[in-house]
Formats: sequence, structure tokens, C-alpha cells
Amino acid sequence: MSAQTPIQFYDQRQARFKNRLFYSLVAAGGLIVMAGLYAVYLMEHHGHIITGMNNQIVWGIPHVFAIFLIVAASGVLNVASIGSVFGKAMYKARASLAGLLSIAMLAGGLTVLMLDLGRPDRIIVAATNYNITSMFAWNVVLYSGMFSLVVVYLWTMMERRMNRWTKPAGFAVFAWRFILTTGTGLIFAFLVARQAYASALLPPLFIVISFAWGMAVFLIAQAIIYAWNGNAIAPEILQRMKNLLGVFVMGALYLVAAYHLTNLYFAHQSGFERFILVEGGIYPQLFWWGYVLLGNILPLLLIYLPGQGKTKSITAASLLVILGGFAFLYVFIIGGQAYPLNIFPGYQASSSFGDGQIATYHPSLYEFMLGFGGLAIAFIITTVSVRVLDFMPHDKPYIAD
Amino acid sequence: MNDINIQRRGFLKTSLGVATVVIAPGMLLFDMAHGKSQPVSGKVRWGMLIDTTQCREGCNDCVAACNKENGLSGGTNGQARSPLPNPLPQAGEGANDSLRETRLKSTDSQWIRKIELKDVSSGRELSLPMMCQHCEHPPCVDVCPTNASFKRADGIVLVDRHRCIGCRYCMMACPYKARSFVHEPLHDQNPDVPRGKGTVEACSLCVHRIDQGQQPACAEACPNKAILFGDLNDPESEIARKVGSVASVQVRADLRLNPGIRYQGL
Amino acid sequence: MRLLFASLLLCLCIPAVWAAETNMPKPDIGKGGQCVEDPQWMRKNHMHLLRHQRDETVRKGIRDERLSLKNCIECHASSKDDSVIARNDSFCVACHRYEAVKIDCFECHSGISKSAWLQRNAK
Repeated sequence: MSAQTPIQFYDQRQARFKNRLFYSLVAAGGLIVMAGLYAVYLMEHHGHIITGMNNQIVWGIPHVFAIFLIVAASGVLNVASIGSVFGKAMYKARASLAGLLSIAMLAGGLTVLMLDLGRPDRIIVAATNYNITSMFAWNVVLYSGMFSLVVVYLWTMMERRMNRWTKPAGFAVFAWRFILTTGTGLIFAFLVARQAYASALLPPLFIVISFAWGMAVFLIAQAIIYAWNGNAIAPEILQRMKNLLGVFVMGALYLVAAYHLTNLYFAHQSGFERFILVEGGIYPQLFWWGYVLLGNILPLLLIYLPGQGKTKSITAASLLVILGGFAFLYVFIIGGQAYPLNIFPGYQASSSFGDGQIATYHPSLYEFMLGFGGLAIAFIITTVSVRVLDFMPHDKPYIAD
Repeated sequence: MNDINIQRRGFLKTSLGVATVVIAPGMLLFDMAHGKSQPVSGKVRWGMLIDTTQCREGCNDCVAACNKENGLSGGTNGQARSPLPNPLPQAGEGANDSLRETRLKSTDSQWIRKIELKDVSSGRELSLPMMCQHCEHPPCVDVCPTNASFKRADGIVLVDRHRCIGCRYCMMACPYKARSFVHEPLHDQNPDVPRGKGTVEACSLCVHRIDQGQQPACAEACPNKAILFGDLNDPESEIARKVGSVASVQVRADLRLNPGIRYQGL
Repeated sequence: MRLLFASLLLCLCIPAVWAAETNMPKPDIGKGGQCVEDPQWMRKNHMHLLRHQRDETVRKGIRDERLSLKNCIECHASSKDDSVIARNDSFCVACHRYEAVKIDCFECHSGISKSAWLQRNAK
């Protein structure tokens, strides 16, 4: 019991304060969800004209939020897999929290994705007409399958009589999550005509990047839960988890570098790379300052610099990794569309439909409302579940395995 | 007895023949008036041959005709639009100004557009209309999650707006950027061309006109007859003979989508 | 007791029947006429015909005009405003409002008869 603080006497005043804090947190989350739904109502009423999206930038801020949530939802399960599949006890204690975060983020991300559709009222059509050649249609199956699999996985962990099924369920989730993130990467990788996307590197890139984002989200959630319960996480455990985050961040950075370097090597892609890395205005800024510096270098320093690596700096590092994730997705999704399609190679083109020009995009407030609404959904699901069920990691006395 | 039988058979034959001759054209007319009850044939492949040497820079007649026919806001036939919230970026040379009388929003649907091209190495300039290329292997159909994007038997690539959920994946996948998303509620559509908010749309090759035996509006409107429309599969058609005799290319032929629209002089 | 109950039931039913009759929709059927089936059959089944025909037309190019929405509108558009959706008693609106069934057709389709539309856009 060395890792846990001594038993405290029940403090009524603090309990009441926490109760109030809980309800105000849920209320705040609810308010943001309502704001998101209001944005959806306006988008339904006026059409997508009130967003910044147009016929050149067809996917915007909602997709940045949705894809972040979905990718992180898959990545956070990494914690559970290390426990269930590779049998590490300290991760096993955290598997249920990881599962919960995954469900919450998946729900938030999918809600954003669905509500951004031009005709969200026809979502039933997507279920009844199925095109097997469409990566999107496959992802509908992958997402809903993942959702139910993780629910079953959580059930096997929380219901004692089902405990013996935890391992197979963990394996299934492990496999499914890889396929799911591959599918997310393939949505872009199959877009042959777009310079930014047609790359076989995207599925592995998305998988590794999901590890980093998921781990960051998990570390933040874990830090908050420990702080809420007045516990301190054992330094050995934190040490291992932060090192894992560091490895994932470096892995992701490596694959992003590989993606850009391969593009640079192909002569026909050099224009696009020059745009996204040097000349493209906001996109290179976001890439270098947002993604590389804030999202990678700074977190790595916070993790590995001597004297750093305590709870606070790790939480800060995790937040920065998430911020970097959003910057990366903005550059990837919107920057990728802003660069004009090369319809006539060897020609300089101009038209009334943005041929040969960099497309402009000014995200509107409504898009952010929808995106944050998705985050708030994930937040509420997590907060309420952690309150009513026991998702607190229960560490046995630490044994190095 | 036998004689009577033969006579009767003869009478039946003649009267049947006469009846056919009299009634058949009437039946045909009836068919024309009441639409076709047969599905379109897979033996047909509608296509276009666009002669870029005949396409004049600054001429926008095909675009205007398309906008009028399909009820697009277009901005080319002087329909006033509300002030622009976010004006389109200009290409710099101002080549666009001649293309538009009123400025288009980046959210306006454009089923056909004029592209001005300049060969980077030789400096040769040319102008051509760009629209849905009606591919044999359309990427938009591959990626559509609900089968709303589909290719009709006669090669026309269409959006079934009853199924489109507005995910815009097809717009991401199209190598020709041929598709538009309807960003605003629409009113007073052409009864022949239903279109509405929240769905994706593109050049339909004027399918409602083709089904009535007419040409697409752009082909009819071109003052220089630069757009030749017809059945690529019919060896007797003008387009098939011309494609077989003069040099023409498909745009982004490297993608092997086999578009039904071909360009001459590119 | 039974008598009381029966009379109560009667009291409840009479206004209901009376109300139902007076509130029945009275759509403006336009030129009207019967070219497909009798009105009672059409009231019950028109949606199946339209739905079937829309897929046949859009996806296969079978343009059977008799069953097309455009053809329905042509005869059932109001003689006052040439539309099936413009007013509360327009052909489509009257019943659909009464039955509280939302229709999605006119988000994309024109509610005006083609002949009238052509006249208006003739110039």
C-alpha cells in the first residue's frame, strides 16, 4: 500500500464542495453541447453557407475535431491493450478507464461527423444503402463495431463473472482498433487525385499518431482523476507512462517526417511540399510552430529534461501533444485541400472555380461550436461515468515486470 | 375448307401488316409523349469531344447556358447576388474578370466552368470548358458511402439526391473538381432539374434533355460548335468518327478513369 | 351504471366524430382528374408509386411520365397559384399537415407545374 496516501477522515465540507463542482462541471459541459446543437440547428436551417466551408475546402473545422477524437479514441485503447494483451499489471489496472475514454471520444467524434453532414436527417440511408467500395461506408461499420466491442470489453472487466472473457475481448479490441485507424488513414490515402493525401504512409502514420494522442488524453484524464480523489500516482508508474508517451511522440514525428520526405523526393509533389512547409502562410506556421515545436519538441523536453517529468510537466506535455495534434490535422486536412488540384500538369490554370489558386478558408464560429460540442460530449460521458462507476485505477503494490 | 383457311390466313396477315404500319408510328409518338418505359441502354456511351482550338478565351456561353438550363445562380446572366461575405481570391492576372459579370461566391455551384490555361514551358495559351468528365471508372462512385453517386447504364455519372447525405467525400475524390455542394436553401428550381440544400451535385450531361432526344445545353449554346456531343459507342455517330480520326486526349489520362469527355488540341 | 358509462362514451364520441368531419382536409385539387387509380387508392398508396418511380427514373432512366411527380403536379397544382405547396390548403400540404407527415420532396423538387414554370421563365 505504499503508493496510496493514508486513509483520510471523511470531510463533509470538502465532499459538498466536490459535489457542487461535479454538477457545475457537468452543467458547463452541457452548455457547450447545447451551443454545438444550436450551431447544428443553424446549419440545418441556413445550410453550410454559415460555415467557412465552400466548394474548395469541403471539409473544415468539424472534421479536424471529429478526426482528432476518433483517432485519439482508438489510440487511448493502447493502454488497455498493453494490459490485456501484453499482460502488464499496471496497465491492466487502467484498462477500464482507457475503454471509457475511448467510448466517450468515439461518441463525441462521430456526433460531430454526423451532424456536419449536409443531410444528417438521412443518416438511416447510410445504414440501408451500403457501398462496399467506399472507405466511408467501411468506417461506419468499423466505428460502430468498435463502439460495441469496447462496451463488451468494459463489461467483461467490470462484471466479475465475465472476468475470464477479458483477455479475448481485449484481443478483439486490439485487432479492431488497428483496423479502425487503418481505415481512418485510408479515407485519405485512397484519394488518388489529391497531392496531399494519396500516400501509403497514411495508415501507419495515423496508427502511430493515435498512440501519441491517445496516451496524452489518457494521462490528462488520469491526472485529473487522481487529483480529484486526493491521491498521488506512484512515481514509478508515472515514470513508465511518460516514457511511453515520449516514445509515441517521437514515433509519430518520425512518420510525419517520412511522409513529407517521400513527398519531397517525388518531383511532382515538390510544389505541394513547398506550399505546406514554406510558402503557404498559415499552414507552414501551424506546422512548424504548432505541430513540431509545441506539439513535439516542447513535450519531449518536458518529459525527458532532467528535473522535469513530474505530474505537472507531464500534464503540460500531454496538453501540448493534443494541441499539436489539432495543428497537425488542420494543416493536413485544410492545407491539403487548399493546395489546388493539378488537373492539367504542365499548365498554369485559372478559372472562376479556384483552379490554379490557393483556396481560402475562414472557419466560422459555428464550426468551432460544433467541434467543441463534440469535445463536451466526450467530457460529459467521461465525467458522469467516472462519478457513478469505479474507473479509478487500483494499483497493486508496484512490481517491475 | 383448305382454301378458306388460306384465304383467312392471308387476310389476317395483310390486316395485321396494315395495322402495324398504321399504329406503330402512333405508338412511337405515344412513347415520346409519355416518356420511356424502358431503362436506358448499356450499349450507349454518351460523351463529348471538345475542340479547344475552337473555344474562345473570354467566351462564357456554355456556362451561361448551363446555368440557365439547370437553374444555377451562376452569376453570369446578370442575376444580382447579395454582397459577398468572403470574396474569391483573385488569380492575380485578372483573367477571371472577363469570365464573370457578377462575382461568384466560393460556395456557388458551378457545373461547368471555363479554365484558361497557359503552357508553362512554351507559353501557349488556351481556353476550355471543364465539367464532370463522366468517367467509366468514376472515383466519386467508388467512395460514395450510400451509392448516391452512380453511373447510369449509358455512362452518365449522376448524384441520386434522394440518397445523398452530403458527406462531400466525392468532392474530395474527384480529380477534376467537378462537383459542388449546395450550401443554401433553394427555391423555384427548374421542374426538370430538382436540386436542393445539403446535397452534392454536378454536371448531369443535361440528362433530362438527353432522355428527350436533345443535346446538352452547353453543346447547343456554343457559338463555335466546339462541343460535339454523341454516342461514343455508335461507330456511325459523328463523335465516334471524329474521335477515331483526329487526335484527342482525356484529362488526367494517367489515372485511367476513361472519361467520356475528350479534348482536342490540348 | 352501465347506462351511465354508455352515455358517457356517447358523449365523448359524438364531438369526436363531429370534429373529425369538420376538420377533414379540403385540399385544392387543381384541375384534378384520374389517370392512375381512384382517389381512395391513391390516398393510401401514392407514396409507394412515387418512391418506386423516383428510383426507376433517376437510376435507370425509365421516364414513365404517368407516374412522375412532375406529372402529378401538372394536374394537381392549384389554378390560383400553380403550386401544390404554396398554401395551407394546397394539394400536398392540406393532407400532410392534417396527418402530420413531413414530406421531403420539395426541398429539391419544384412545387410549381412545369407549364406554369415555363411560362414564368419564358423570357
